[in-house]
Amino acid sequence: MSSQPYVRPISKTTWYMRNGRYKRYMLREVTCLLVGFYCFLAIWGLAALAGGPDHWNSFLESQQNLLMVSVHAISLIYFLIYMTFDWFKLAPKAMPVQLGEKKLPDRIIVIGHYVAWAFISLFVFWLAGVLT
Amino acid sequence: MTIAKKSVVWGLFAAGGTIAAFVFPVLIALLLMVALGNIPEGLRYENIHAFATNWFGKTALFVVIFPALWHAAHRLRVVFHDFGVRLDKAVANAVYLVAAIGTVMTAFYLYVI
Repeated sequence: MSSQPYVRPISKTTWYMRNGRYKRYMLREVTCLLVGFYCFLAIWGLAALAGGPDHWNSFLESQQNLLMVSVHAISLIYFLIYMTFDWFKLAPKAMPVQLGEKKLPDRIIVIGHYVAWAFISLFVFWLAGVLT
Repeated sequence: MTIAKKSVVWGLFAAGGTIAAFVFPVLIALLLMVALGNIPEGLRYENIHAFATNWFGKTALFVVIFPALWHAAHRLRVVFHDFGVRLDKAVANAVYLVAAIGTVMTAFYLYVI
């Protein structure tokens, strides 16, 4: 009798390419690179802000080129699809709301997230003086 | 990892992910406006400086950046594993160290502004 169990050969580096679900999982997971990138961009901005008006203005100027326009535009779309909307979609699974015997319907939780998101976005735009 | 440590990391991951999901799109949109040369009033030096010098602004900035950093670090650790890197201990130390450095830098700059 053989004591060697059969191990299906699965690539450690490309396993997620076999299945659409896994691909989508990986597309979602790599959004952490964007979160990290924007955190450190924010920290760089804070350093510039602490350095005075000249530093702050050169920080703003450093964003004004075609490369950064593309980076921000592509990041925004990618982030919305694979981070924000996916996070909202998964919210009822991660945080189900129980009301007595019943569960709050998933749809209500998801809609609640979108409404809160709209308010928060408007509030930040208002804070930034975009809405006057 | 002990359960207690795991829950702290998980709590920060969930909090950071929620915060990032809610506020990062609008913040990236503001940066896109800057990149396009249409600088929002609130990002002009006097305004953003006033925002970052009062306690509300400082708290808001810290509460956004700090959990998001740890969310990114934790998720990146898992991504390394998913891409076939089997050095979890080294990866974990590296990503959490970067997040810790980022946290200290955020606190420091917010303090000196």
